[in-house]
Amino acid sequence: MSEPSIAIPAVSIRKLSKSFDGVEVLRDIDLVVNKGEVVSVLGSSGSGKSTMLRCINWLEEPDRGSIHIAGQRIGINEQTRRKMTSKELATLRARTGMVFQGFNLWPHLSVIQNVMESPIYVKRMPKDQARAIAVELLEKVGLADKHEAYPFTLSGGQKQRVAIARALAMSPEVILFDEPTSALDPERVGEVLQVMKNLSSEGYTMIVVTHEMEFARAVSDQVVFLDKGRIIEKAPPLKFFSNPDTERVRKFLEITA
Amino acid sequence: MTEWTILWEARALFLDGLLATLGLFALSIICAFVLGCAWVFLLEERNRLSIVVRGWINLMRTLPFLILAYLLYYGLPELGLRMSAWTAGLLALVIYHAAYFAEILRGSRLVLPEGYIEAAKAHGFTPLRLYLRITLPQLLIKTRPLLGNQLIIALKDTAFLTIITVQELTAAANSVQSTYFIPTQAFVVVIVMYWLISICLELALKRAGRFGARRGFDHV
Repeated sequence: MSEPSIAIPAVSIRKLSKSFDGVEVLRDIDLVVNKGEVVSVLGSSGSGKSTMLRCINWLEEPDRGSIHIAGQRIGINEQTRRKMTSKELATLRARTGMVFQGFNLWPHLSVIQNVMESPIYVKRMPKDQARAIAVELLEKVGLADKHEAYPFTLSGGQKQRVAIARALAMSPEVILFDEPTSALDPERVGEVLQVMKNLSSEGYTMIVVTHEMEFARAVSDQVVFLDKGRIIEKAPPLKFFSNPDTERVRKFLEITA
Repeated sequence: MTEWTILWEARALFLDGLLATLGLFALSIICAFVLGCAWVFLLEERNRLSIVVRGWINLMRTLPFLILAYLLYYGLPELGLRMSAWTAGLLALVIYHAAYFAEILRGSRLVLPEGYIEAAKAHGFTPLRLYLRITLPQLLIKTRPLLGNQLIIALKDTAFLTIITVQELTAAANSVQSTYFIPTQAFVVVIVMYWLISICLELALKRAGRFGARRGFDHV
């Protein structure tokens, strides 16, 4: 059973294009992310990195192209050729996790409730089981002592670690990280990156939009560089950081080094 | 016999009126609240139905409550729909205050950070679950003082229904004052009763505010 599924990529993006009010922000993006891979997406602000990520779980609706999550097309029902209903879309989104720059923890729920919420109300998991999973995940992200705390009492780094646990609770095929450390003060960045590093060594599939060069270099299997809505470089980190093909990336690395 | 003894003798009448008012109020605000929450959910989708809902809410907000009550009780029978005064009054309270509840929640929805909604979508919430579990609880916490105010307005609007012959608290006072001609005392009694109910509402809502305060919400 499991043999053939190994060949199906966790995410495959083909010919993805997207405009906002006539301004093209993504053009002909092609990207395949295999199971267990970590892909870092780099590029300057406005290059389309976040839009690309948000298209993967259809928070943004692409104009053209296709995206498959573990072999299943998102956004369009392949049988009817129509736009997915909100229910179909939800079913597929439940198989992806997302971690936001601004955390977006639900403020009315305690830390453990934030983690239990989606398993209970999306997956219809029994509460006891959801709680057991949440306890385990909060332990994993180093917040075993914060179960009953409310999000407003946490530091940014703690909030982001809860958000990661919340995403993991759905056992997603892929976790999308949208600049997860950009809103953190420098002292807190490390604790979040460490958690992400641990996830990668546990075999989670991750797509990480980031400005953290060191993370991209040390953890990714592939580094992707976006410039004006196009992928202009796609390489393993060793090649990307030491011997990039394009002048644009060379300049980017010089400035950010 | 002094005026106050007359009122004491008529206590059964006041008590019946009070119970009718409380029953009418409780039932109407529960239904209005649920309906108001439903309106806001329908507004989320931004389709043709949501335009109709928006129009309906605005229509209710521009209509004097008494006219709505008149329409339902005296107008609808012309269309062959006859209701008791009590049913017509209840219906008027429900649809009128549902519109106000909806408007209060909608205002808060407009300024709710989209990130919470996106996080829920990204985790696979369907629209109704998202609304009930993520959006609505936050709206209720944030609008608690306004909702409390609306409850008091709804309580006072029950008094209008005396005009379409609903036998509630104001009707009781009116009947006593016109029988014995003691308007001041009779109305003072019911004013105190409305006031006491309002105070209880205020206290209950103040307690509810702790729920939001514990979660770090401001101005609740």
